[in-house]
Amino acid sequence: MKRLFEKIGHVVTRAFLTAGEGTLLLRAIILQTPHIWKVRREVLDQMHVVLVGSMPLVIVTSVFVGAVTAVQAVYQMQALVPMKFLGVMISKTVFIELGPVLMALVVGSRLCAFYAAELGTMKVTEQLDAMTIMAIDPVRYLAMPRFWASVLMIPVVTIFADAVAVFGGYFISVMTLDISSGVFIEGLQLFYKHSDILGGLTKSVVFGGIIAMSGIFNGFHTRGGAEGVGRATMTAVVGSCLSVLVADYFLAIILFQIIFQK
Amino acid sequence: MSPEYNIPPPPRQRVADPRAFAGIAVEGLSKSFGPKVVLKDADLLIHKGETLVIIGRSGEGKSVLLKQLVRLLEPDAGRIWVEGEEIFELDAGPLMELRKKFGFLFQGAALFDSMNILQNVGLMLEEHTDWSTEKIHERACACLAQVGLSGSNDKLPSELSGGMKKRAGLARAIVMEPQFILYDEPTTGLDPITGDAINDLIIKLQRELGVTSVVVTHDMPSAFKIADRMAMLSRGNIVFSGTVDEIRNTDHPMVRQFIEGNSQGPLGAF
Repeated sequence: MKRLFEKIGHVVTRAFLTAGEGTLLLRAIILQTPHIWKVRREVLDQMHVVLVGSMPLVIVTSVFVGAVTAVQAVYQMQALVPMKFLGVMISKTVFIELGPVLMALVVGSRLCAFYAAELGTMKVTEQLDAMTIMAIDPVRYLAMPRFWASVLMIPVVTIFADAVAVFGGYFISVMTLDISSGVFIEGLQLFYKHSDILGGLTKSVVFGGIIAMSGIFNGFHTRGGAEGVGRATMTAVVGSCLSVLVADYFLAIILFQIIFQK
Repeated sequence: MSPEYNIPPPPRQRVADPRAFAGIAVEGLSKSFGPKVVLKDADLLIHKGETLVIIGRSGEGKSVLLKQLVRLLEPDAGRIWVEGEEIFELDAGPLMELRKKFGFLFQGAALFDSMNILQNVGLMLEEHTDWSTEKIHERACACLAQVGLSGSNDKLPSELSGGMKKRAGLARAIVMEPQFILYDEPTTGLDPITGDAINDLIIKLQRELGVTSVVVTHDMPSAFKIADRMAMLSRGNIVFSGTVDEIRNTDHPMVRQFIEGNSQGPLGAF
């Protein structure tokens, strides 16, 4: 029994310690942000990684998300709801939930794994130590550009994904589900609210931060050799996905029950 | 029954006023990793302009000591003064300034693998000077030429041999004209000829730049070639310190066993 409590105590202490260290890292990144111009090349490189590198994944994921949503929606709606509501159903589902969350899970996992593996390898091969000895702060040179690239580019990826998903839904609806183009487009405009897109984008900004922090934090805290890098990468991806899902719930409450409700 | 050895106590290497000492003064340094005690109340003096070689068996804490000289690791106890400044009392800004006085050659060179050699060497200049790109390029090329790596500018670290990586690491270490260069096992893993070329480079840089060098190694031919003074680290402490001649002629049983490469002696075999 004593051992059980010791183990629980150890896990809780470790969780608080990790949260504290993560907060300190985030604080350090924000404090280094005024120096962003000095590392602009690194920021642009990282933006390229997020945006251009993710495009094939984004396109394939989004097209099929839109298509599946259309098929499922038609199945649910048939004989109960007029088909003119198909467009609004797809767009709202994609803008508010599927676009931001799926991009954070799919593109986020890719990015998070990339950050953790890259920085973890730098850690175990003493490249981070070398940088520190060269009087170059790894937080400023490595963490800050990656954080802002993710925070700024994940919403851009999400906008693109939203558009592709709606197009995917439109394409499948018109080509295979006997929905006319006019009915679908009319449905898109029904009940359209800016807050749907704004809420989705606000989510994706927060998700961008979570993804970057998970990758950077685990990369910086990598121990051991190749196995350590593997473990850090796995922890980063799992941590990022779980944090995104939990954050999604709280953001849904804050955004759609408090802010945009008024 | 194992023989008893007459081991003298560690030499007391302290100065009356470390704030007035021009080199590096280490006092009472202790460091443990979990239950493993790596350094235990270790003292060391590194005089300005000399090449001090720290010898000792693998895992004795030589690299840990070296990393503490630039505060890459925090000690459990003890103090280090660099040119009179107590490094563990420095805030982030002054510590960064102090680190600019150091060059560090890592055992695996620790080159940034996403950058080519020229970018690796020029990074510190890019970060800490307002020089033009041309001037940075010129200085980085000059450093690469100094270590015999002209023409390798665009190569990535993964395209270099072990010896070339060390030389590129050395070029990166000297690019800001440091006052101190720390070498962590500079010849380990290299063939004897390449290792000797690295030794010649260390001597050449010491003569040309007048730097204070601290070299951690267990490669004795290399140590005897480059050292002005040698110190032996064992069981968490500096057990012997002296000139090359003094270490050659000492009857300290630990030093004798180590420099003769004998498996029998107070250090044991494993």
